[in-house]
Amino acid sequence: MAPESLGQIFLAAVLANNFVLAMFLGLCPFLGVSARLDTAFPMGIATTFVMLVASLCAYGLNLLLTMFQLEFLRLISYIVVIASAVQLVEMFLKKTSPTLFRALGIYLPLITTNCAVLGVALFQTAREYSFAQAMVFSFGGGAGFTLALVLMASVRERLQLSSVPGVAQGTALSLMLAGLLSMAFMGFAGLGG
Amino acid sequence: MSDLSQARTFDEFMEGIWRQNPVFVMVLGMCPTLAVTVSAVNAVSMGLATMFVLVCSCGLVSLMRNIVPKEVRIATYIVIIATFVTVVDYVIQAVSLAVYDALGAFIQLIVVNCIILGRAEAHASKHPPLVAMVNALGMSLGFVIGLLALGAVREVLGAGTLFGFSLFGADFQPWVVMVLPPGGFIVLGAWLLLFSALKRRQEARLAAQGGGHGA
Repeated sequence: MAPESLGQIFLAAVLANNFVLAMFLGLCPFLGVSARLDTAFPMGIATTFVMLVASLCAYGLNLLLTMFQLEFLRLISYIVVIASAVQLVEMFLKKTSPTLFRALGIYLPLITTNCAVLGVALFQTAREYSFAQAMVFSFGGGAGFTLALVLMASVRERLQLSSVPGVAQGTALSLMLAGLLSMAFMGFAGLGG
Repeated sequence: MSDLSQARTFDEFMEGIWRQNPVFVMVLGMCPTLAVTVSAVNAVSMGLATMFVLVCSCGLVSLMRNIVPKEVRIATYIVIIATFVTVVDYVIQAVSLAVYDALGAFIQLIVVNCIILGRAEAHASKHPPLVAMVNALGMSLGFVIGLLALGAVREVLGAGTLFGFSLFGADFQPWVVMVLPPGGFIVLGAWLLLFSALKRRQEARLAAQGGGHGA
């Protein structure tokens, strides 16, 4: 693995290899929660936090598993760690902001099954990132996820005021939009290596 | 087995393929759907891997449905699913390295495929093993069909081939964007548009028929 600078990793994770629009990770919340801006942004932040925690734990776990040569348990242990991190965020939000907790609804526990979170943990292991690199990578991934979610939500809020052909309403339209956004993000290809 | 229960089993089977197709109707499990469908071969191998995990974990979840306490059921399901995914991961690595490299991390990401957890929670935990597995089989066949529909279109448009065979000869100018990420979103969007248009036409026809009978 060629040594990459931290800035490169961050830029690549946010823009060029945006988790949602270039790598198709975390599409369920992307399509589900992006109808309104005021739920999209907190959802992005919550996911970013879970990603950071998951990445931190995954790094430690991987060291431990490699030491005892238990690599085949990697997947199972990662998913358990992520589930606990999500539980933590859920309890925290329930205490501090019940309104937000209700607005996010079913999508909050579903962060557990957000492929972006597990994706961060798996990719950092596969690319053999160092501790600092892994942290920057997961933060960049979260920031990219938030960016995509906020962009999508802004566009969809505008769309509610315009008249759309009946056939195209709903998921089909969201997917077309995502396609266009994704095409725009392809302009960043090559940025950050 | 009486005719009625056979009909019901068949119904369970068909439900996943058509009426509740996971890709086109429920729009679940989007991440692997869009990421691996750059070619028909990838799509089918991903579909088969998911099928194995889905059928096995639904069977096991259903067997254990009376033993597992309600509070820890989701965690149990996830561990069961993760176990089968690990099995699939190692099997694919042993059988075909080419497929393993093409699918990459997405084999392991089957764990977080919402279809599987959704089926385990909504269906397998309430039905006996045989019914649950038949339902899971139908569901995953629906998933394979959905993946194939996407993968075939993207491969034909983006590379001019189908299952690796060239279709149009050497002069074909491939529509490269179709095998890149935007193509995935756009092709799935187009399929959904088609289905929604068909559904509207059918509804309009039914309404017209109903009106005709009334008059």
